Amino acid sequence: MFKKTILSALVAVGLSSTGAFASGHGHVEDFSFSFEGPFGVYDKAQLQRGLQVYTEVCAACHGLEYVAFRTLGDEGGPELSEDQVKAYAKQFDIYDPELDDTRPGKPVDKFPLGTYDGAPDLSLMAKARAGFHGPMGLGINQIVKGMGGPEYIASILTGFTGEEKEEAGKTFYENHAFSTGWIAMPPPLSDEQVEFADGSPNDVESMAKDVAAFLMWTAEPKMMARKETGFYVFVFLVFFAALLYLSNKMLWAPHKHKED
Amino acid sequence: MSGIPHDKYEPKTGFEKWLHERLPVVELVYNTLMIPTPKNLNWWWIWGIVLAFTLVLQIITGIVLVMHYTPNADLAFASVEHIMRDVNGGWAIRYTHANGASLFFIAVYIHIFRGLYYGSYKAPREVTWIIGMLIYLAMMATGFLGYVLPWGQMSFWGATVITGLFGAIPFIGEGLQAWLLGGPSVDNATLNRFFSLHYLLPFVILGLVIVHIWAFHTTGNNNPAGVEVRRGSKEEVKKDTLPFWPYFVVKDLFALVVVLAVFVAVIWTMPNYFGEPDNYIPANPLSTPAHIVPEWYYLPFYAILRAFTADVWVVQAASFLTGGIVDAKFFGVIAMFGAIFVMALAPWLDTSKTRSGAYRPMFKWWFWLLVIDFVVLAWCGSQSPADLPQAIPLIGATYWFAYFLVILPVLGLVEKPKTPPATIEEDFEAHYSSKPAE
Repeated sequence: MFKKTILSALVAVGLSSTGAFASGHGHVEDFSFSFEGPFGVYDKAQLQRGLQVYTEVCAACHGLEYVAFRTLGDEGGPELSEDQVKAYAKQFDIYDPELDDTRPGKPVDKFPLGTYDGAPDLSLMAKARAGFHGPMGLGINQIVKGMGGPEYIASILTGFTGEEKEEAGKTFYENHAFSTGWIAMPPPLSDEQVEFADGSPNDVESMAKDVAAFLMWTAEPKMMARKETGFYVFVFLVFFAALLYLSNKMLWAPHKHKED
Repeated sequence: MSGIPHDKYEPKTGFEKWLHERLPVVELVYNTLMIPTPKNLNWWWIWGIVLAFTLVLQIITGIVLVMHYTPNADLAFASVEHIMRDVNGGWAIRYTHANGASLFFIAVYIHIFRGLYYGSYKAPREVTWIIGMLIYLAMMATGFLGYVLPWGQMSFWGATVITGLFGAIPFIGEGLQAWLLGGPSVDNATLNRFFSLHYLLPFVILGLVIVHIWAFHTTGNNNPAGVEVRRGSKEEVKKDTLPFWPYFVVKDLFALVVVLAVFVAVIWTMPNYFGEPDNYIPANPLSTPAHIVPEWYYLPFYAILRAFTADVWVVQAASFLTGGIVDAKFFGVIAMFGAIFVMALAPWLDTSKTRSGAYRPMFKWWFWLLVIDFVVLAWCGSQSPADLPQAIPLIGATYWFAYFLVILPVLGLVEKPKTPPATIEEDFEAHYSSKPAE
C-alpha cells in the first residue's frame, strides 16, 4: 500500500496534464455572474431558482454534506423565510441516530448525502474546480475573470455533445468542458425541465447558470459578508496608512532638512 | 545589551528602583526600544517588522482556529467547513491564517534577498544570518505541517510526496518515513502528530526570533551604505543614528499598514488564490490528484528537487561513484536541502571586503540574476515536468549553486568596488542635504 501510494503519486506527477488539456477538452466558458468582482453580490432570486434546480434535478444523485437547511434563510443567501425553510427541510427523510430511524428533516439538519456512489458531493464543488488556471499556470485568468468554479459547473452542464460510448460496462457521455472529454454523468438538464414560479427562462443554459450560482453560494456562503467587511477594513487601513505617512514625515523632517 | 554606546536607563521612582534591583525588565524594554538605529535605513528594512507582526498574527489566529478544529482523519475536513460556515467570523479567521502563511513567506523572501544584496550576512552578523536560516527552515516545516491539517486532497497527497523525500534516503529512508508518518502511510496518526508539531513549531520560531533580534541588537543593524556606526562616543553615535522609538517604529508601522492593506485586499477579493482548488475535496487515499503541487513558497526548491533526473551527468557520476547508493531521487533531496545550506554558508563564501552590494558594480548583475533565477525556478516548480523543457530548471538550479559556491568567492577577488561613504552620516546627508534648508 505504502510503496504503491508513493508510486502512484510519482506517476501522477510525471504523467499529469499529458491528457488533460492537450486535446482541446476542458474548455470552460466564461459565463458572467452577478457575484463576480470585488463588489459582486449574489442574486437572491437566482439562488432560489438554483435551489429549485438542485432539488428537482441534482439531488436525485448528489448531496450537500456540509450545508444545513437553516442556512437557506441566512442573510446573503437564498434568504427563504422561516416557514419556507421548515417546509423545505420536511421533504427530506433524515436519519436520526437517537431514533435509529429516519424522520422528516428539520432546519438544523444538513442536506442528505448523495444517493449514487459515483456522484461527488456538491457542497464545495464551486471552490474545488478552479476552471481558469491559465495562462502558464499563473492563475491570471482567475484574477481577471473571477473565481472559475461556477463557470466550470455551468460549462459541464451545457457542454454535452449528445455522443456516448460504452467502456468496461459503463456509459460515458462526451462533454467539451470535462478534462478527459468523456464524463460518467448523463446530461442532467433538458429544456423546460424545471418550471420556475416567476416565469424565468428555463432553457438548459439558464438553468445551468442558476444552479452554478446556487452551488457557489453553498461553497462560499459568507461571500457577501467577506466582501463587505473586506472593503471596510481596506478603506480603514488606507486611511490609517495616510495618517501614519504624515506622522512619519513630520517626525523625520527636522533630521532630513537640517539648518546648518 | 547593545554594543553601541547610548543613554542608559535610570530607574526614577521608588518602585522602579525596587524592581530594577530584582528584575531589570524595564531596562531590557528601554534598551530594546531606544536602540540607536542607522539613520540611513531604506524601505527594504521594513520587512522585519512585517515578519514579527505576521508571526503574532499567525499564532493568534491559529490558537482561535484550534478551538474549533478537530484533528481526526474522519472529522478534520468537516471541522474546517464548520469554521467557515458556523463559527462567528470563522471565515475571516481561517482566510487570514491561510493567507497569512503567504504573507509570511513573501516577507521572508524579500527580507532574505535584502540581506543578500546589502551583505547583511557578513561579519560580524554571521550568527544573525544563521539564526535567520534556522527560522526560515522552521517556517517551511510549519507551513507544510499546517497545509496538511485541513485534510483535503492536496493536504494528503502533499504529505505523501514530501514525506516520501525522506524515504529516498538510502538504508534508513523507509524506516524513517514510517516513523515520521506513524505508520505505513499517511493516516490519522500522521494528522495527529502534524497537528501537535504545527502548534509547537511557531513557539520555537518565536524563541529563535528573539535570539535573532538579540544578535543584531548586539552587532547593530546593517544599513544600505554597509559601513558601521561610529562608536567612539555618544556624540558620534548620535550623528549616525536615531533611536528606534519613535523614528523607526512610526516608519515601520506606516509600511506595515500599507502591506496589510494589500493583504486585506487579497482576502476581500480572492482568498483562495494562493491555495489549490483540490484542497476543497476531502482527502481520498484511493484517488490521486492529476497534478500534485506544493504551496507556492516551496516551489523554487521543489523545482531544484525535480531538476536532477537520472539522465543528468552529475547524477550519473554521483550514482557511479557511490556504487548506486545515491540515485536520482536521493540526489534531488540532497540538492534541495543543499540549496538552502549553501545560502546559510554565504558569510564564509563571500570574499568581498565591501559589504553593501550598492557599491559593487559586478555583484549587482549577478544578484539580480539570482532574483530572476528564483522566480523562474518557482514557476518551473508549479509546472508539470512533462510540459517543461528539462533544461530550464536544470540551468536554474545550477545557477543557484554557482552563485553561492563560485560567483560569491570569485567576485570578491576580481571585482573593483566603488568607495562607499565613509560614515552613515555622510550617506544620509548625501540623500537629504541637497534639498534647501528652510
